[in-house]
Amino acid sequence: MTAPEGQDYVGFDTITQQMERKFLKRGFNLNVILVGESGMGKSTLVNSIFTTHLVDSQGRRTAQEVIRKTTEISPVTQTLEENGVRVRLTIIDTPGFGDQCNNEGCWVPVIKYIKDQHAAYLARELKPFRDRIINDTRVHACLYFLNPGSRGLRPLDVEVLKRLTEVTNVIPVIAKSDSMTSDERTLFKRRVKEEMAFHRISTYPYTSDDDDEEDRMLNASIRDLIPFAVVGSEETIDVDGTSVRGRRHGWGVINIFDESHCDFVHLRNFMLRTHLSDLVEVTAQRHYEQFRTSQLRQIKELRDQQSAAAAAGVLPGAVVPQPPTAPLPHQPVAQV
Amino acid sequence: MKSTSGNAGGVQKKKMNGYVGFSNYPNQVHRRSVKRGFNFTLMVVGESGIGKSTLINTLFDTKIFPDREEMPPSADAAKGVDVTSMSADIQENGVKLRLTVVDTPGFGDAINNEDAWQPILENIESRFDAYLAQENRVNRSKISDNRIDAVIYFIKPTGHCLRVIDIEFMKRLHTKVNLIPIIAKADTLTAGELEQFKAKILADINYHGIQIFKPVSDEFDDPETVAENREILSKIPFAVVGSEKYVEREDGAKVRGRSYPWGVIEVENEEHNDFIKLRQMLLRSHMEELKDTTDMVLYENYRTQKLLSMGHVQDNGVFREFNPLVQMEEEKRAHEAKMQKMEAEMTAVFQQKVHEKEAKLKQSEEELYARHKEMKSVLEKQKSELDDKKKRIEASARPITPMEQHPTKGKKKNIFSGF
Repeated sequence: MTAPEGQDYVGFDTITQQMERKFLKRGFNLNVILVGESGMGKSTLVNSIFTTHLVDSQGRRTAQEVIRKTTEISPVTQTLEENGVRVRLTIIDTPGFGDQCNNEGCWVPVIKYIKDQHAAYLARELKPFRDRIINDTRVHACLYFLNPGSRGLRPLDVEVLKRLTEVTNVIPVIAKSDSMTSDERTLFKRRVKEEMAFHRISTYPYTSDDDDEEDRMLNASIRDLIPFAVVGSEETIDVDGTSVRGRRHGWGVINIFDESHCDFVHLRNFMLRTHLSDLVEVTAQRHYEQFRTSQLRQIKELRDQQSAAAAAGVLPGAVVPQPPTAPLPHQPVAQV
Repeated sequence: MKSTSGNAGGVQKKKMNGYVGFSNYPNQVHRRSVKRGFNFTLMVVGESGIGKSTLINTLFDTKIFPDREEMPPSADAAKGVDVTSMSADIQENGVKLRLTVVDTPGFGDAINNEDAWQPILENIESRFDAYLAQENRVNRSKISDNRIDAVIYFIKPTGHCLRVIDIEFMKRLHTKVNLIPIIAKADTLTAGELEQFKAKILADINYHGIQIFKPVSDEFDDPETVAENREILSKIPFAVVGSEKYVEREDGAKVRGRSYPWGVIEVENEEHNDFIKLRQMLLRSHMEELKDTTDMVLYENYRTQKLLSMGHVQDNGVFREFNPLVQMEEEKRAHEAKMQKMEAEMTAVFQQKVHEKEAKLKQSEEELYARHKEMKSVLEKQKSELDDKKKRIEASARPITPMEQHPTKGKKKNIFSGF
């Protein structure tokens, strides 16, 4: 409070600090799902972004290990703290996705998980006696990993992205981008954006009417970078006396924080430093609301059907065909 | 001036006194084959964008595959696996090579890749079939060999064990072709990661019993070759990087490579990747062995299986040594045996017939006897009846008197005297 305490000073500008304090006390939830084939660098990237070893790679390590037959959902929750702010971070890995010969339907468990979280939240919202603070397990961001070197989007990518973008915020990334030269990278990004426009796939960030000039410019620059060509690393190596996170090759050293080497810094800033609260908000306002609307409509339709059946003189106890409903009440996924 | 002779099965080892000149024979073979030219057929398999065309163009330092054309995004998904081939006649130091590279676009690109190997396997087998058909022709002077000599399989640099599609593909093809798996886009892995990755791949290959092409040394190779082969073997599977472009190195030299913000990777630097080893094995040292294995082992196995499945049976009689005397003896023996057999048979038949006839005759004899007896008894009966009658008639009739001499008078008296 540096404003002079004059008589015209009301003091409602302190609300930001009040909110901050509340936030500090409460902490918040962040749920991120990683979708991509085995060996794309998902675990390494997440561990790099949060600079700690949060998740173990679920790839097959020995010949004797059995190859997964379906996409598994494996969430891992940890509490991180930084400058007094606590975050309950849940990373949901999807081992088995896209690893089969026949990958038809490999996205189904993923979509189901995301919808189930929405359903769980809705169920708790609809309770007559609601908890004061509902534990938010909804998926706030989905990092979708693209295959470097392909011409653009593969058929599997198109199918999955179409469905994912309808239920959550999708951020496309290229994880092992150290196999692409700068030119190849530019070409690939352009190609991906063209194909996404063609297939009408809209990824986060979305344009919104109540964006001001600053937001619009920021979002435009972000959208330019998509998909983020990143390199992940959990090792620190010595480069000219300084320790950096990177990868050491025989022909050079990659510093993941170097903007000329990869977009890692941009991705991290975007996800955590500028758009973190936006991710949570958009999940609540856009995706959750969409889900909620469709669910409530379905419930209403069901009730209408039942009352119509009753009015038409159907005997009580007769079986009325049930429209598909979300599973309620639904147990949230186990939290560590 | 001694001639040493060992006696190994009738073959004597002799030492010569001067230069004869037959050691020039390999050179003659060499000249002839150079004149004829060679052909080599290579197949590349891997998903789209993994670097197949670039690697081929780099290996042969020729643009065999043109640049990929940019196509606008379209709604139709991948249409399945295509098998296309490109041929080029290249020449080096007077040696002509007809190189054919078979590409397999679309492999592993679709959502459902369950039968992605099917068209590839069919292509390989149809080439074998074509060769088999040519071999069976009456006039075999011109046989064109387009069998696949090696398949280079591109593995994604994931760092984990092999993917399902990799294992399935290799399991189905390793008995039909020389399989050379390589790690594509090796510039994405550090040296440590690469070592672990190679170990994992080899473990997976062994676990699933997949046979890949490996250079082997036998006792006739000189120590240099043996060392070379061992070195090549130690790097399998090769981690390669391909590039058609020349880039500038730190020291200003222009090399084939890829230029990154953090450095330049050189294609032909053995410390950067195994391209040199791959080229060496494929072209400089083991091309002949690849072709040989294809011809002598893989093709023969395929041929055997195919003919067996078609119902041909191995007839070893054709291969026995032809000795006329022995053959005649055998024939005579066989003939005699046959005759004896026939004789025995005929005797048996004769006996049987005799028995039958005897039985029949006996039966009719008995019948006749029975009839004879019957008739006899009837006759006797008749006789005795007649005898009786006779007696009666004799008893009732007077003895013949003179009255009988006057039959008419006598007759009246007879009548009255009858009472």
